[in-house]
Amino acid sequence: MARGVARLAPIALAACQPAVLDPQGVVGIAERTILIDSLAIMLAIVVPTICATLGVAWWYRATNPRARHLPDWAYSGQLELIVWAIPVLTIMLLGGVAWVGSHDLDPAKPLATRDKALNVQVVSLDWKWLFIYPDEGVASVNQLVIPVGVPVHFSLTSASVMNAFFIPQLGSMIYTMNGMATQLNLAAGAVGTYRGLSSHYSGDGFSDMHFEVRALPADGFADWIAATRKAGPALNPQSYEALSKPSTAVAPLTYRGVAPDLFTQIVTQVLPPAPGPPSATGADN
Amino acid sequence: MFGKLSWAAVPLDQPIPMIASGLVVFAIVGIFAFVTLKGWLPYLWRDWITSVDHKRIGVMYVLLAMVMLLRGFTDAIMMRSQQALAYKGPGFLPPEHYDQIFSAHGTLMIFFVGMPFVIGLMNLIVPLQLGARDVAFPTLNSASFWLTATGALLVNISLVVGEFARTGWLPYPPLSEITYSPGVGVDYYLWALQIAGVGSLLSGVNLVTTVLKIHAPGMTYMRMPMFCWTTLASNLLIVAAFPILTATLAMLLLDRYLGFHFFTNAAGGNVMMFMNLIWAWGHPEVYILILPAFGVFSEIVSTFSGKPLFGYRSMVLATMAICILAFMVWLHHFFTMGAGADVNAVFGIATMIIAVPTGVKVFNWIFTMYGGQVVFATPMLWSIGFMVTFVIGGMTGVLLAVPPADFVLHNSLFLVAHFHNVIIGGVVFGGFAGYSYWFPKAFGFRLHEGLGKAAFWCWLVGFYLAFMPLYVLGFMGMTRRMQHYDVPAWHPWLLLAAAGAVVILVGVVFQVAQLAVSIRRRAELRDTTGDPWNGRSLEWSTASPPPPFNFGVLPHIEGGDAYWEIKQRACRQATPDDEPAYQDIEMPRNSPTGVICAFFATFAGFALVWHIWWMVAAAALGAFATFVVFAWRDRAEDVIPAAEVARIDRANRSARASA
Repeated sequence: MARGVARLAPIALAACQPAVLDPQGVVGIAERTILIDSLAIMLAIVVPTICATLGVAWWYRATNPRARHLPDWAYSGQLELIVWAIPVLTIMLLGGVAWVGSHDLDPAKPLATRDKALNVQVVSLDWKWLFIYPDEGVASVNQLVIPVGVPVHFSLTSASVMNAFFIPQLGSMIYTMNGMATQLNLAAGAVGTYRGLSSHYSGDGFSDMHFEVRALPADGFADWIAATRKAGPALNPQSYEALSKPSTAVAPLTYRGVAPDLFTQIVTQVLPPAPGPPSATGADN
Repeated sequence: MFGKLSWAAVPLDQPIPMIASGLVVFAIVGIFAFVTLKGWLPYLWRDWITSVDHKRIGVMYVLLAMVMLLRGFTDAIMMRSQQALAYKGPGFLPPEHYDQIFSAHGTLMIFFVGMPFVIGLMNLIVPLQLGARDVAFPTLNSASFWLTATGALLVNISLVVGEFARTGWLPYPPLSEITYSPGVGVDYYLWALQIAGVGSLLSGVNLVTTVLKIHAPGMTYMRMPMFCWTTLASNLLIVAAFPILTATLAMLLLDRYLGFHFFTNAAGGNVMMFMNLIWAWGHPEVYILILPAFGVFSEIVSTFSGKPLFGYRSMVLATMAICILAFMVWLHHFFTMGAGADVNAVFGIATMIIAVPTGVKVFNWIFTMYGGQVVFATPMLWSIGFMVTFVIGGMTGVLLAVPPADFVLHNSLFLVAHFHNVIIGGVVFGGFAGYSYWFPKAFGFRLHEGLGKAAFWCWLVGFYLAFMPLYVLGFMGMTRRMQHYDVPAWHPWLLLAAAGAVVILVGVVFQVAQLAVSIRRRAELRDTTGDPWNGRSLEWSTASPPPPFNFGVLPHIEGGDAYWEIKQRACRQATPDDEPAYQDIEMPRNSPTGVICAFFATFAGFALVWHIWWMVAAAALGAFATFVVFAWRDRAEDVIPAAEVARIDRANRSARASA
């Protein structure tokens, strides 16, 4: 087995894509910084603690004649003070990081930029993603196209069960829930194709609920919108109802037009929650 | 006649559950036939199944936990091999089967491995450490155990008849509502947990009362061993938290059975309420499991260092602080719900604060070893392995408590690695440490050291091999519960994790072998002294196994580390104590109430799952009648005459004097 592991190791390193540690947007970069800083602060006491555990246990082994034996030593006020103070100080520092970080990186907070944000409405369905561009009047399934460098404001909901919307290389994830809308602000800093996925288990088709995120330059994005408007079906309450039925591993598709307020109608349940699996009887799988 | 139940419920077309359940049924029938042929049934019924002796019930709890550990671990092996194989392919488990496996794995490991393991150890040891003759409510104790066993049985029946939940170990609505989970899987989950939850709650009431009220003379609160303190804290949490679980699951049952709308999408139901409620139980639950393990490690580190526990008062304070803080952090399980910066930050910081008393405990264990004479027996190896591993798990936990870090790691395999790091490194290692430490007390012979150490090293190495890759995968954006995937970079790490699971499997094989070998060689492993480790607390002052009444004469306690004090005094006096004046002892009579109630509860649960209403009514009536018969009993206690007490205790005293 050892040889097998050795053979795997170089492949693993070559193929390593640490998505969260290789962010391509302001939000992801800030979160990586907090993640690494917090880890460093904690390692500063965790590593010495582990060394002390092993060191003390080994030095005071029963068979070591050189170790000083203190069979009744069980209290020291000064040590108690230090023992409580070290974790308290660490947590005060980390607590500060958490407080500031939570406010700076609140998913609902608009990004600090002068550019006007692109609005995208996201609906999780069984088991695919619907992206509506309300201002452009187009929509897509399992494919998200955004312009580089422009903040994107997502409003998210679910047609049926809970999911979580997550693009690891861009940053924060957020839940999608039926009858509610959550808010998320992200931006892509570099042209590229990123992987998006549902990061909350939602049933049998969950594993295929991933999508491609294409971050394009501004003119490329405009071209995509223009091309999308020219082809494909339109999204209205009827075609939405067909779409909301369970289906798995759906290939990306686009809609040339979207009925106004479709997202609001889903959130307010004017369009009823999606139906779920067809059979509603007994134990048959 | 049989509600929704028909032959279609038995998955005859699926080989894996059929073969597995066939083997289990074969094993059960085989064991039953063997026991019957040997003529052991009356003994088992009289001395174990109907026993209200806390030691016997404790042993049965631990046995249940270990058997369920084998089942849960089988699920783990299947999940690891599925993810190792399902790269750009379907693997060998289709989603509807894989989803049941990870749901059953989590449910079993938390409710039917972790819970019975720690409750079993507490039952076995705490009355002995307190110098008590039994727990406060012995028959209730038996009922608690058998109701827990009923829950475990129902989960396992779902393997053969019907299906288990496909919702994950916490059935988040609306996925768990009837619209999206129309099968019986969620119903099995709910009724199994409702019944076992009653058992846990009653057990909590019992142990809280025992620790607060039943002590040997002189055993004040601040002289109690640390394990008694952590037992108190853990059971206070049970008493406070389990009713929340029961109420939450009851609401989901009402949704599913009677068309209520607590958590549905329609008619104003709200899933966020379920998440808040389930984690208001779920987070304390984590501490219900880990606090007793902390107590086990405190006992072991002190015993095998030959020193009193360092900073006892600090440890008590830290334990009770964790007990209270455990209720104030539940929201960190859903930072990604979009609750807003202030709420997330407050709960993030509250979570981090728990790291303070936990850190204090780790430092105090180190200082306990400082200046000691550390003996690396198996229990101590588990303890040191725990200290190193748990610190890492604590660190990743605090990392997840930083909301912006959680925004990219939530629900990922990083999270899976984190909670396995603390549950395996903490609760499971604690359980095994306690098992190897107190086994001689329970049975009168030691476990084989060599095989025990081999098991420890396999578990330790296997754990790191299996779960460190999951941390890496979390950074690579892999989320949990994926049945298949097509990202090439994930595959090697999942192969590595599967290899780790195999190493743990070798450890499990060593443990089974250890038990078998130790039983075969029990004559040479026999411990006649009752104190094989040179222990410090009262359980070591009595025989191994202890007599039904625990202590011939209740000891008088004059300080912390009660038995150590008694031994020191005996050394100073250099003459054995005079034989004490024995008296008659009243002990509770054995009662089949618990097992009969659980028998009816099993039928009630099964009938509720399948909507067989006449059977529900009959079973409920049966359980109630059992309770009435017990309540109207004429004699609750038997008297053990002083002469009998003297005969049993003299054997213990003479064995100890000659040792």
